[in-house]
Amino acid sequence: MTVNEIINPANLVYEKPKVMNDTPMHYCPGCSHGVVHKLIAEIIEEMDFQEKTIGIAPVGCAVFAYKYLDIDWQQAAHGRAPALATAVKRLLPDRLVFTYQGDGDLAAIGTAETIHAANRGENIAIIFINNGIYGMTGGQMAPTTLVGMKSSTSPNGRTVPLNGNPLDITKLLAQLDGTCYVTRQSVHTVGSVRKTKKAIRKAFENSMMNKGTSVVEVVSTCNSGWKLTPEASNDWMVENMFPAYPLGDLKDL
Amino acid sequence: MAKVKGAVVVNIERCKGCNLCVVACPSQVLELSIEANSKGYNFSTMVVPDSCVGCAACALVCPDACITVYKVRL
Repeated sequence: MTVNEIINPANLVYEKPKVMNDTPMHYCPGCSHGVVHKLIAEIIEEMDFQEKTIGIAPVGCAVFAYKYLDIDWQQAAHGRAPALATAVKRLLPDRLVFTYQGDGDLAAIGTAETIHAANRGENIAIIFINNGIYGMTGGQMAPTTLVGMKSSTSPNGRTVPLNGNPLDITKLLAQLDGTCYVTRQSVHTVGSVRKTKKAIRKAFENSMMNKGTSVVEVVSTCNSGWKLTPEASNDWMVENMFPAYPLGDLKDL
Repeated sequence: MAKVKGAVVVNIERCKGCNLCVVACPSQVLELSIEANSKGYNFSTMVVPDSCVGCAACALVCPDACITVYKVRL
């Protein structure tokens, strides 16, 4: 059987989700954002929630998420996505409301909004992309930057006496009574992509069942900021990020 | 034993040549092409189409959703 005979709509096993439009994404080649966008699109399509989903875009690389997923979006001021999501979900309780934030947005300038929204137990899903760096602005040190990790503002590596300890905000959020599901995943292999999809789906379902705040952290790469190839970034992440940010469920009620 | 044959179609203009699909493929079907697309990226292409089993590993890890996968049972 030739390749042309196999390429037939009847034999289709995987295609770009319909919720994702044809606009080329501005992300660097190999960026984890694209994979997570794709998963969100697939889940919304499977749940048949395209008309009922409101995403809150952050400030950072993912600010243009609204250009790629064909759902309703709001764009929040830096770090204020959980506060805006609170308002949206309270005004429109029948909608699926999620925020999509990076570590500079969620763990730095938006720490207060994140912690208070989670503590109030707002019925929102928070997707947290943690690559340990400010990707968009040029690879500066973020609160989640690892000790010893080089960034443009810590060229000799982060040190505890000068820069303090990395902030494990997901662990912090798991302590709060308002959260119902807190998990940490990654998207570097086929297996991890499938697990992350399940986790995001569960977070979305929790939001619709009004169970409280769900947090899905995705430990990601920033190959441009890390100055590595996409492939080497994945290896670096497994070697260095996973010991500091171990994968798995931190809380599941 | 049931044999499975697969094929992938890469959206050449959308592909950014990140190489993640090449690494993810368990049958070493894909490689980056020598020619480039209009943006200058060496896009992913099937070099050993006969080995493809349509597992969709390449499509799952593709950050730009540029791979469509087909599969038939022979």
